[in-house]
Amino acid sequence: MALETTVIQDKLTDKFGDKVAGFVQQHDILSFEVDSNSMNDVMRFLKEDDTLRFNFLTDICGVHYPDFEKDRQFAVVYHMHNWMDNVRIRFKCFLNGDKPEVDTATNLFLGANWQERETYDFYGIIFKGHPQLKRILNMDEMESFPMRKEFPMEDGGRTDKDDRFFGRTTDNANNNLK
Amino acid sequence: MSDLLLPPEHRYAKQIEERRNEDGSELSVLNLGPTHPATHGIFQNILLMDGERILDGEGTVGYIHRAFEKIAENRPFYQITPLTDRMNYCSAPINNMGWWMTLEKALGIEVPKRVQYLRVIIMELARIADHIICNSVLGVDTGALTGFLYVFQYREKIYEIYEEICGARLTTNMGRIGGFERDWSPAAFKKINEFMDEFPKIWEDFENLLTRNRIFMDRTINVGPISAEKAMSYGFTGPNLRAAGVDYDIRVMQPYSSYEDFEFNVPVGKSGDTYDRFCVRNAEVWESLKIIRQALDKLPEGPYHADVPDYYLPPKEDVYTNMEALIYHFKIVMGEVPVPVTEVYHPVEGGNGELGFYLITDGSRTPYRLHFRRPCFIYYQAFNDMIKGQMLSDAIATLSSLNVIAGELDA
Repeated sequence: MALETTVIQDKLTDKFGDKVAGFVQQHDILSFEVDSNSMNDVMRFLKEDDTLRFNFLTDICGVHYPDFEKDRQFAVVYHMHNWMDNVRIRFKCFLNGDKPEVDTATNLFLGANWQERETYDFYGIIFKGHPQLKRILNMDEMESFPMRKEFPMEDGGRTDKDDRFFGRTTDNANNNLK
Repeated sequence: MSDLLLPPEHRYAKQIEERRNEDGSELSVLNLGPTHPATHGIFQNILLMDGERILDGEGTVGYIHRAFEKIAENRPFYQITPLTDRMNYCSAPINNMGWWMTLEKALGIEVPKRVQYLRVIIMELARIADHIICNSVLGVDTGALTGFLYVFQYREKIYEIYEEICGARLTTNMGRIGGFERDWSPAAFKKINEFMDEFPKIWEDFENLLTRNRIFMDRTINVGPISAEKAMSYGFTGPNLRAAGVDYDIRVMQPYSSYEDFEFNVPVGKSGDTYDRFCVRNAEVWESLKIIRQALDKLPEGPYHADVPDYYLPPKEDVYTNMEALIYHFKIVMGEVPVPVTEVYHPVEGGNGELGFYLITDGSRTPYRLHFRRPCFIYYQAFNDMIKGQMLSDAIATLSSLNVIAGELDA
């Protein structure tokens, strides 16, 4: 591996200071957190810097952490990949639980378009500057954001099946965070 | 409110009006799909047409969205495999194996060499099945039904091999954490060997039917092209990206399941048009055959699963007679297995490109979050860009050569 993770970390900390933090190696991927206001700058730097060259945006997805403090209740997770040195990184932007907003990445990668729409569709995270931020997999008339933890997977009124007998609670949120 | 947020018909109505006032010509709006046979799956394209030519289009997807990511958050790991089958159902074993490998990475399980080779064999068979469908159906969409009927019986033979290994044919739900549910039977190897003997001749005939066929070439060359830069920006991976000339293949970049042990080439195209995509897939079938042949020849002896009693179901005979086996069986089925708190991303080279599993665990029985990086979903957004200015019949050929699988598109 030509590009060492320490180099990535040093370059990012030099350039962005405390806007990037929490560097940790998770299995084969270096992950860190980015301040949500600097997301676009960090991604541009990662993409355009001559040493870093993260030329490919692999994936965007959202995560909901309802038990975290207010400012960290949503996260958007970006995976990027440098094809020249074959290095992957992952970074997260934590967003406010009441008003989740982050800049769009569509100005850097065309492929971000639908992935951000999907994240919006399921989590209600607003991507500022997105050209067409509307629902994609769910119907337009839908009002809730189904991947949020408080959204029940099944109709709570169902009586024909009782998950408690299988060691599960019907409440998703509590089930996942024991 | 931006125009783009409106349903496309509204936006097009304005353009139609403008054109009518300008020169009296009549544009029209065409619904391609959601259940048109040529879309090979349920998704809709609303196209603005000038006669036969496409001026603009917008894809509407989500018709078979089944909330897999939400369901996965409520299920123990074993029960998530059937969900992965139903994404790219043309090559379900690749999805299954990708999911097991993700879990093994998260749980830190080392898999025996034999299992890795068996996985390679089944994944390459799945890739062949996937490419058989895509390429033969491209023939159908350009008016050549013969090749399709000719090669489809070999997809059937691959399904018979699946059946011999795991009992299922389309949605395979194959394997376990650490290996396979049982060792492959001699009958399975016999079927694989028969397939390996017969199929190359068939595939050669199929290529002879289409590759240098004048009509087919006229219908596909320069149809739905995409440049390498644009394809990369759109997040293309797999054969569709390689057709544009970028030799990105996860099997080579980040070998998993011992892919580094095998000799094979990564075929690339040049112009990224429908014809190149067809040729790349054709060539990949030959490379897959090469890999399977090497894996069969070098197949090591050994156990067919890793020794991980915490995660691997005990043999059924023991469950009925042995207390400890019964306890383990119960714990595993109920999902009461030790899970570390971690995050892992594992990509595999699926039939259509980089199929990634992003798993966040919190130590409980279910994933805290499981995200599938579905290659179809990501590259299908380029479709409208690729068909702009082309004829309607070219759009059909482009769509079919992209190999968009609705199940994977919508998850």
